[in-house]
Amino acid sequence: MQRKENTTSRREAILKIFQGAGLLSLGGLVWGAFLNKASVSKLSLRPPAAVEEEDFLAACIKCGACVQACPYDTLMLAQPQDNIPIGTPFFIPRITPCYMCVDVPCVPVCPTTALDINKLIPSDKVSTPENMDVNMSDMGVAVIDEKSCIAFWGIQCDACYRACPLINQALVLNFERNERTGKHAFLKPVVNPEICTGCGMCEHACVTEKAAIFVLPRKVAEGKAGNFYIKGWEAKDENRLNEESKESDIKGKTTKKSYLNDWEELIDE
Amino acid sequence: MSTTRREFLKNSAAASVATAVGMSLPMGLQAAANNAESGWRWDKSVCRFCGTGCGIMVATKNDKIVAVKGDPAAPVNRGLNCIKGYFNAKIMYGEDRLQKPLLRVDKSGNYSKTGDFKAVSWKRAFDEMEKHIKSSLKELGPTGIGVFGSGQYTVQEGYAAVKLMKAGFRSNNIDPNARHCMASAVAGFIQTFGIDEPAGCYDDIELTDTVVTWGANMSEMHPILWARVSDRKLSNPDKVKVVNLSTFSNRTSDLADIEIIFKPQTDLALWNYIAREIVYNHPDSIDQEFIDKHIIFATGPVDIGYGMRKAGHPKYSAKESVINEKQSAKTVSAAEGISLKYLGYKEGDTLEMKNAASAGKHWKIEFEDFKKALEPYTLDYVAKTAKGDDNESLVRFKEKLIVLKDLYVEKQRKMVSFWTMGMNQHTRGTWVNEQAYMVHFLLGKQAKPGNGAFSLTGQPSACGTAREVGTFAHRLPADMVVANPKHRKASENIWKLPKDTLNPKVGTHFMKLMRDIEDAKVKFAWIQVNNPYQNTANAKHWIKAARQMDNFIVCSDCYPGISAKVSDLILPTAMIYEKWGAYGNAERRTQHWKQQVVPIGDSMSDTWQIMELSKRFTLKEVWGAQTIPGIEGGLPDVMPEAKTMGYNEDTTLYEVLFANDEAKSYTYPDPIGDGFDNCEVIGDKRNVVGSDDKEWKGYGFFIQKYLWEEYRKFGEGHAHDYADFDTYHKVRGLKWPVVDGKETQWRFNAKYDPYAKKANTGDFAFYGKAFKNLPQGGLKGPDADKGKYDLSNKAKIFFRPYMDPPEMPDKDYPLWLSTGRVLEHWHSGTMTMRVPELYRAVPEALCYIHPKDAEKFNFQQGDLVWVESRRGKVKAHVDTRGRNRPPVGLVYVPWFDEKVFINKVCLDATCPISKQTDFKKAAVKVYKA
Repeated sequence: MQRKENTTSRREAILKIFQGAGLLSLGGLVWGAFLNKASVSKLSLRPPAAVEEEDFLAACIKCGACVQACPYDTLMLAQPQDNIPIGTPFFIPRITPCYMCVDVPCVPVCPTTALDINKLIPSDKVSTPENMDVNMSDMGVAVIDEKSCIAFWGIQCDACYRACPLINQALVLNFERNERTGKHAFLKPVVNPEICTGCGMCEHACVTEKAAIFVLPRKVAEGKAGNFYIKGWEAKDENRLNEESKESDIKGKTTKKSYLNDWEELIDE
Repeated sequence: MSTTRREFLKNSAAASVATAVGMSLPMGLQAAANNAESGWRWDKSVCRFCGTGCGIMVATKNDKIVAVKGDPAAPVNRGLNCIKGYFNAKIMYGEDRLQKPLLRVDKSGNYSKTGDFKAVSWKRAFDEMEKHIKSSLKELGPTGIGVFGSGQYTVQEGYAAVKLMKAGFRSNNIDPNARHCMASAVAGFIQTFGIDEPAGCYDDIELTDTVVTWGANMSEMHPILWARVSDRKLSNPDKVKVVNLSTFSNRTSDLADIEIIFKPQTDLALWNYIAREIVYNHPDSIDQEFIDKHIIFATGPVDIGYGMRKAGHPKYSAKESVINEKQSAKTVSAAEGISLKYLGYKEGDTLEMKNAASAGKHWKIEFEDFKKALEPYTLDYVAKTAKGDDNESLVRFKEKLIVLKDLYVEKQRKMVSFWTMGMNQHTRGTWVNEQAYMVHFLLGKQAKPGNGAFSLTGQPSACGTAREVGTFAHRLPADMVVANPKHRKASENIWKLPKDTLNPKVGTHFMKLMRDIEDAKVKFAWIQVNNPYQNTANAKHWIKAARQMDNFIVCSDCYPGISAKVSDLILPTAMIYEKWGAYGNAERRTQHWKQQVVPIGDSMSDTWQIMELSKRFTLKEVWGAQTIPGIEGGLPDVMPEAKTMGYNEDTTLYEVLFANDEAKSYTYPDPIGDGFDNCEVIGDKRNVVGSDDKEWKGYGFFIQKYLWEEYRKFGEGHAHDYADFDTYHKVRGLKWPVVDGKETQWRFNAKYDPYAKKANTGDFAFYGKAFKNLPQGGLKGPDADKGKYDLSNKAKIFFRPYMDPPEMPDKDYPLWLSTGRVLEHWHSGTMTMRVPELYRAVPEALCYIHPKDAEKFNFQQGDLVWVESRRGKVKAHVDTRGRNRPPVGLVYVPWFDEKVFINKVCLDATCPISKQTDFKKAAVKVYKA
């Protein structure tokens, strides 16, 4: 982890390519093709304070200002092979996670609303860059593959837990007895999705061959229970009734009209 | 005895279960050993890393380790490992393994101190070593050479190293990095019990009701034991209590019911607070019968300095001298004005360090003296002195101390106090170790199942090799010491040496070896199985001495690190699974393993290197009369007697020490070795060109078995009994003393320990032999008129006062610095930093700092800052939200990362008794880089 004061020439070079690409307008065809393909790929992680993906794609002018401001080279501009709309900023935590700069330098430099400073401003504060709280970031959410996470095997690992910038809040340890050995508790990492910012420091630190904890965009990672059932044990769960209810896209069992008249089939042998 | 019958039955049932697990589980390895169809072979071994001593199984295919698994039959870990153990299969295969001997040479290929490293033959390497050892011996005598040994030696390696140095070269200048790690624990054991190593075992974890960690971040440093503590806590969360005492908040607090953050060094006051409460306010909690039968009270001098050089050393700066002056005298502080009042001192007085050279002396006192000395340690005094977190109220801190005390004094509550480096790396480390026994003894909560003050060990064989073999400057195997004529005689008998071959003068300890090199008193040093130039405090001095002075430093290592970099000759060295070996863990469990694969490149084991060197010395070169500074007349010429023993002037040390008739009686092949490599004994497919320029074909006899069988003679019948070599290759380790084939779980307890039973002194016998004939006196000193007191089979409760450390924060250096480890990396990172996954997980050492301090110094998370002391400075990135949360006024920097070379900043002060460096306390300033 090396925080840099100045941007690197490498990134400048890449930026220039995209700026050049924009100027030359290298065929709307190519650009559009990638955009279409990418729009089905919903797995890209965006900088802190990015608005919803659709709005983000509409607002982002691919200027690269956020990428240039990132002191850790975390943010990259998408290139054709990335399968993400070209020129938009994204990051891959396994390569470089978001180090959660307290001053969030990538956000205020955004000339559009693609990165919306207000997403990081606590409700009781005025909307100025000094009041940004990086812990309000919502880049995604970490999920754990319990099958490959070695802490779930009983190995005393928890590298992700100790790497978490919100240790004991976003990532907590669940202590469980281990009946197999009879005397070595499991210390299992558990993500609190309400606090997890999706910075990916856990994914970066994970020691398994392919990370057993990884960040997904929240929409991809999270399930959703219908609001036709409300938890009786949690008062504020009722708030879900305010959410828009979605028609189920699967169908239940249906019967034909003849069903009731066709009783004889019940005794067919 | 206060134990109820029911409790006893419960304990012995649990004990016998644990014994069963250790002794008689079916050996999976036999079924698996010849599992040819699968294409790989599983065999039992042990984890390379910490002192926990987890068993692992190693899978080998085509002469490569392809996998490891936790050994399901290993009682310590039952098939589990921590994150380092998980990567044992990868530690040997870093890209930059050293493969050839490397020597600094000039353009014409001659050795040159200022030359660059170039690959040379093994023969050339030994030629150079021989030449430089001989010239150092000629110029300076046996004290002119030294070995930096290790708690990571295998038992046999350590034994061979000691034998070559002490019996061969007649030099006691061999000391392990374990000196940095648990010397204070050793001194505490020896002074208290008269014998080294813990009374209890890990089964205490499952049997206790309370775990108190004193300066032991078990969750990161002993993760598998921590899993056991966690499981015990979960088994009965209301009853089982966990308390974490530390100078900064760490992950061990996650499970703790109470976290107590104290000011560095004030653990001395905290223990005395508990003792004072017991003696003054809870006399009913004292196990009076136990005290009367088995305990005496003792104390020692306080004017003992801090193990530093005296001020004014030409190579020390004026800044450094400010602290070093305290080695001669110090001004009594406000806190000491109270704690040292019993000696007549008051705040502002000058305390002259008259006993700096006799820090370990002690004498018997009476209980009333002990009680009187404890008087100042009231809740008010201790809370005020010890509160370590500015954000905590004094009231809250006091409440916690009361709860802690209440746990200890609760009559039926079983207590285990664990500690590691917090109490050992301490300028009063021996004292604070002794204080732990003080409290446990008073309560009768020691050497019983589930009860005991329990010193955990850092290194995999700090116990098994450094301590039991005695690779220390003052020791011989089995707790014997060079200064004791009877011990020298016993050793000379086993080693078949002429009388008076062994040097009676204690050699240089680890820190002093560095200083002696700086003072040109040592001109040849050999580094084995550790990284002293990274792991020693005040490092710039030692690096300059190694690089800029006339000396020859040899480093045996597997990977290039700082020590290799500052050496003159580097020897590529086999790693753990590339050789036969044995380690001994913190619960006295000895575990052996077989060589699994052939070493990388031309690497050869330390044992081989030691033996090959021994071939180059004849008796007339080393056993004639020798000059030893401090011994009038020096060491005698022992050649005349040697000749009567059948040796002659040209007999080599190799023939006497290693290839004698007894050694050769351990013939090879041996059924134990069937199907396994043994490079030392039979050579290997590489046909490495050896020390004589000929292809290496092996010694031809079973050297590892010989070394073990000879070594165990030292302890047999002296409460240090081990089983024979073959047995250890069948079981998952045994806890010594092993008597009649049975291991011992709780020493000194007549129910479990045959030696205690034999002593016939009731339920307990503290049968250790050292320091058992004491002068008697009062708090201020011994009284010659009172004569000596024989305390055979008894242990001591020491009174030890609170004293400040030599360097404390002030206006120029306003913060405490503590250093330590992280779970992901082992020591100096030589191995773990080369495991890609561990490197990615924790690529660098951070400077952990409180957010308020960060704000005060205008730091942001991730900023690069200087950490600077009177001795040096390093750059590190700050972390205000990481795993460790220091209180305001303290920073924590791990030492594994050679790029954040924090030992340049640390102070080279030691416990004057144990000579162990205090890596936990220095004063620093921090500012933006």
